[in-house]
Amino acid sequence: MTVTITVNGADHALDVDPATPLLYVLRDDLELNGAKYGCGLGQCGACTVHIDGKPAFSCLTPVGAVAGRRIRTVEGLGSAEAPGLLQQAFETEQAAQCGYCIAGMLMRAQALLDRNPDPDEAQIRAHMQTNLCRCGTHMRILRAIRRAVAMRKGVQVGAQAAQEVRP
Amino acid sequence: MSPIQSPLSRRGFLTGGALVVSFALAPKAFAQLAGGGEGGAGPAVVAPDLKGSLKSAPWLDAWIRIDADGRATVFTGKVELGQGIRTALIQVAAEELDIPPATVTLVTADTGRTPDEGLTAGSHSMQDSGTAIQNAAANVRMLLAAEAARIWDLPAGQVGTGGDGRLRAPDGRTLSYGEMVAGLSLHVQAVPDAPLRKPADYRTLGRALPRVDIPAKLTGGAAYLHDMRLPGMLHARVVRGPSVGTVLQSPDLDSVAGMPGVVKIVRQGGFLAVVAERQWTAIQALRLLQRAAYTRTAQPPLPADGTGDAVAATLKALPARDIAIMDTSEPAGPATRSVKARYTRPWISHGSIGPSCAIAQYVDGTMAVWTHSQGTFDVRRVVAELVGLPAEKVHAIHAEGAGCYGQNGADDVAADAAVIARALPGRPIRLQWMREQEFGWEPLGPGMMTELEAELGADNRILSWRHAVWSNPHNNRPVGAGGVLAGNEADPPFPVPEGKPIPMPEGDGSRNSNPLYSFANTHVVYHFLKDMPARVSALRSLGAHLNVFSIESMLDELAAAARIDPLAIRLDHMRDERAREVMQTAADRFGWSKRVKGDGRRGCGMAFARYKNLGAYCAVAMEVEVDRETGRTMVRRAVAAVDCGQPANPDGVRNQIEGALVQSLSWTGRETVRFAADRRASFDWSSYPILRFDDVPGSVEVVVVDRPGAPFLGTAEAAQGPSAAALANAVADATGVRLRDMPLSPERLKAALGPA
Amino acid sequence: MKRTRWTGRTAGRWAAGGALACIVGIGAFLAIAHRSDLPTIPPPKATDFPAEMLSHGAALAAIGDCIVCHTADGGVAYAGGRALATPFGTLYSTNITPDPESGIGGWSKEAFKRAMRDGVSRDGRHLYPALPYDHYRQVHDGDLDAIYAFLMTRPPVSAPAKANELVFPLGFRPLLAGWKLLFLHQEEFAPRPDRDAEWNHGAYLAEGLGHCSGCHSPRNIAGAEKTGSDAYSGGVAEGWVAPALNGSGPAAVRWTADSLFTYLRTGVDGRHGAAAGPMGPVVHGLSRAPEANVRAIATYIASLSADRAPTAPAAADRAAEAARTNPAGAALFAGACAGCHENGAPMMTQGRPDLSTVTALQLDRPDNAVRAILQGFHAPTGPAGPAMPSFAASLTDVQVADLAAYLRSRFSERPAWTALETAAATVRKEESQP
Repeated sequence: MTVTITVNGADHALDVDPATPLLYVLRDDLELNGAKYGCGLGQCGACTVHIDGKPAFSCLTPVGAVAGRRIRTVEGLGSAEAPGLLQQAFETEQAAQCGYCIAGMLMRAQALLDRNPDPDEAQIRAHMQTNLCRCGTHMRILRAIRRAVAMRKGVQVGAQAAQEVRP
Repeated sequence: MSPIQSPLSRRGFLTGGALVVSFALAPKAFAQLAGGGEGGAGPAVVAPDLKGSLKSAPWLDAWIRIDADGRATVFTGKVELGQGIRTALIQVAAEELDIPPATVTLVTADTGRTPDEGLTAGSHSMQDSGTAIQNAAANVRMLLAAEAARIWDLPAGQVGTGGDGRLRAPDGRTLSYGEMVAGLSLHVQAVPDAPLRKPADYRTLGRALPRVDIPAKLTGGAAYLHDMRLPGMLHARVVRGPSVGTVLQSPDLDSVAGMPGVVKIVRQGGFLAVVAERQWTAIQALRLLQRAAYTRTAQPPLPADGTGDAVAATLKALPARDIAIMDTSEPAGPATRSVKARYTRPWISHGSIGPSCAIAQYVDGTMAVWTHSQGTFDVRRVVAELVGLPAEKVHAIHAEGAGCYGQNGADDVAADAAVIARALPGRPIRLQWMREQEFGWEPLGPGMMTELEAELGADNRILSWRHAVWSNPHNNRPVGAGGVLAGNEADPPFPVPEGKPIPMPEGDGSRNSNPLYSFANTHVVYHFLKDMPARVSALRSLGAHLNVFSIESMLDELAAAARIDPLAIRLDHMRDERAREVMQTAADRFGWSKRVKGDGRRGCGMAFARYKNLGAYCAVAMEVEVDRETGRTMVRRAVAAVDCGQPANPDGVRNQIEGALVQSLSWTGRETVRFAADRRASFDWSSYPILRFDDVPGSVEVVVVDRPGAPFLGTAEAAQGPSAAALANAVADATGVRLRDMPLSPERLKAALGPA
Repeated sequence: MKRTRWTGRTAGRWAAGGALACIVGIGAFLAIAHRSDLPTIPPPKATDFPAEMLSHGAALAAIGDCIVCHTADGGVAYAGGRALATPFGTLYSTNITPDPESGIGGWSKEAFKRAMRDGVSRDGRHLYPALPYDHYRQVHDGDLDAIYAFLMTRPPVSAPAKANELVFPLGFRPLLAGWKLLFLHQEEFAPRPDRDAEWNHGAYLAEGLGHCSGCHSPRNIAGAEKTGSDAYSGGVAEGWVAPALNGSGPAAVRWTADSLFTYLRTGVDGRHGAAAGPMGPVVHGLSRAPEANVRAIATYIASLSADRAPTAPAAADRAAEAARTNPAGAALFAGACAGCHENGAPMMTQGRPDLSTVTALQLDRPDNAVRAILQGFHAPTGPAGPAMPSFAASLTDVQVADLAAYLRSRFSERPAWTALETAAATVRKEESQP
């Protein structure tokens, strides 16, 4: 059956079983690498994408359910040649070890910044709670998000953003 | 020494002046140096006076190729695991070749193209491959300079390089490396004394070059094996019971055979897999087949579940072989204080965030396998034996997976994929393990126990130190078909090989049980337990996690009994200058002398170890705050200092140490694999929770001690043990409660604190 | 009959009499309503109480779950500030840390017990029965002393109470005296001689500190619990249905003491479901309480439904039929839910609830199912345990309705739910309110 979805602004008419989780459609049919299979159970967030601006687990979203809704993946934030603000911040902070969780982290963080351009430390941590990282890159991810907040505000940030002590 | 011909077929090489003509690969042998003692048959030593992996692959063209346009291709037998080795090795090569890093391409482990450097494990990559590439590049630069000198009719010593890929004469003449290439063969063996560049002149090494793999990972570029798409690729799922030791009874193959899109059901002996055109079809077929009930195959019982006592009981019930690790004997006075303690660590999971994946394709009698295993060359050996092909007909290529931290499911899934590919010739088979299969079937980090007893004299010197450690073997990395699940399921099955301990100085269960400190009358024994109640293998730092936890906890227990400062007791017993400096550096940066002292809620702790007493030095200090209501411990701040010799990329070192510290906090503070009577009860993140953002420290700072030009020391595993002990010591300082059984969970701390 | 003539004098007398009666009535009412201001005391110290009393008090506080209501989201334990939505407006819980100014630091033991038994603050004000003193007054003296000791030894936190936002005129506290006159008759718990010690212990804990019927019984128009045969016939708490515990509910399988113990301790029972909504914090507390207490409560509560048959008509799983009648829901289920909830999913092998018996799909109201889908829930006992993600971002109200209809028709023999889209919209709107 044909399902038409809109991903990063482009429409795609696909011949797929509408029950297929969006994750596999993105990866296999649209050949987008960002969203990843981490658990398929809605527990780790490696598959995080935006649906109508809100972060969602693409591993648990049937593609038929998102026909006609706006889907955004990490590819929609920018490219290696023209990275978006958050991606630049992650690059500057070298916020990755194996990097498998990072696309999901970017989408999760972007959703926060879209809603609240100046979150405090507690809000950032609470918001990012849904996403898992096993390599222990959390500190850099938090620094990258803080850096992106500062960049948006036009505040000058040094070579490595200051490390904040948690209140 | 005459060249040893490789049993592998020669690859065709580029025309147009590439320096590589052929290279030699050593045949299988049993001298094991590379990979830190893990894995099995490593490459034979053929040139013992060369450094690093040059010992077994002394031909320069095995490592470096320079093209007519001056670009360099460097070959390494190590692989990128997310630890940044790709970038670090590019920096090493670029530095010693003295060319811009952007002109260097690094090819990682590929049985058809690169040297066999054993496993990427044991924090050996810089020592093995970094050293080899550094020296090989220095040799190449030396040969290029000599050739230019010949052309210019100058003494070789007058030819220099400028970092831009050109050789320079004093009168200003230059020649590019690419122009030199036509007349020079690199099919020569390295010499041991090719001059290395001076640290003062370094342009790349020691700089925080941004990692070359990160941009793709941030933007959805193809970065992982999981992202590979080959023409005609099919999707497979392997079908097993919930965990090791279980088997599905009569899965209903008919329910799946007719499903649209299912291409084949592969059933060979106990091995069962389903192959489909689309990934979702394969998953649905898997779920249909998993409706079958399972039984436990006749096995020894699984580990007892729950407490430190349960871990101890399980281990003590197993037959042990005693291996003496250390025995010193000095005259000593009477003891004034004595502390005895048992420490335990439960079975824990690698918990790789991306379950293991592999792609295999069998075409014209040759099997190609793309794998994220840490042992690419071992994958070739395993697959060759498993599917019955000669080794030269199996081509294993590393492609990046998620972080693995040891032997996770990667080797098994590569073997599974190969079995399926053999049954479906011509088609690339992409096999993805499910999350619960990764938890249920991967080898775990073994449960371990130590018993320590130490005595202090009147002068607060340690008079005697006893350390006994009980552990299964950690090194069960597959080197033949018996080491992988598909091999055990074959008919007839390849038997599971008997686990063997890794001898010191690397050790496995015994790793870091020999203290670097100078204690009198030190007796260390390893009770090696070959019978494994759960499937286990290497997990980052192996036995060092518990051994360092034990040593560093015991030091604090002694310090507390004698009212000595924890830093002082360590410095008093440490002669190694670099160890002392790293401890002092961490302490100074942390503000140890002005620290918050245990007030019931807040406290500080520190710990130190030199990984394997051979690798990097690492000291960690942390400040915690305990919520006495719940037992929850928050790490307010942590400071680590690390000495890894010449840091190739200081930011890469910081990244690894930060990550190791946070990961170790998760292991130590929270993790334990749960067992039911007949299966593993930890099957997903809800039943095996790891640290999330609200539990990570307030801040982590890493100080990298700069040692220009010093030999590279392995760093990746150096922080696991010290972080674990620093946590226990900080909690003890804060609350007076000494927790000795990992995980140091809120429930256990609360139980010890009581209601007050 | 003599006709009363409303002469000025009679009228005057009546008027005077009526006014006097009113004054006497109001006076009497106010006299009843007025409660004295008890003197403040200097805050006691931990050393004033024996250690066993503190342990005992901690265990009892876990049963009473004081921490849940008296801690704001992300707030400091026992410092109050949690918003409690009631049909009468929003109440904010008070600070029960021993802070002398903003908490109960100045309260004597007598003042504390008066609050717990009679719902009267130290300064004489009536307390709203959101504090379930209709249950707490059944608690024995010694146990109240222990809870007092426990609370007075928590770290003091300065956190003044937030003002309540109640529908007029309910902000006028003396009115509560009238409520109490009508509804506050419970006595201290007395054991039943025809029941064993464990049952009685469980009854004491559940009726007293546990205040289970506070959610699991329906309430009358004045917000008081219905009793008698209505007791434990089900209620609503924070939008979630608290199912009947007296056997009158539609659960597919009867609770036993063992299954209830497992549920209260771990947050999940394979035949009933997971502890979601307000049961989460209850399980959080009970998972930490002494095991014997939880067993006793389980024994007592299970006994309430002992009369009904162990299993209702066979657990339903009419997958093919439901797919025919609800194809949209079936497709949604396959893609969104099957990974955990379909036969063959790993969760099912590991003892997680089977949808064919979960209570949420058998209830007359779809609220619990819809809430679970839209809000998900966290593992109640700690980081490990059953949890469910929220589907609010990926499913629209129509899709939630389709899915719920499919679930009902597949896993229940009972009548189809109605107004599902409205139910979803209501829950979603609630979530989005700050």
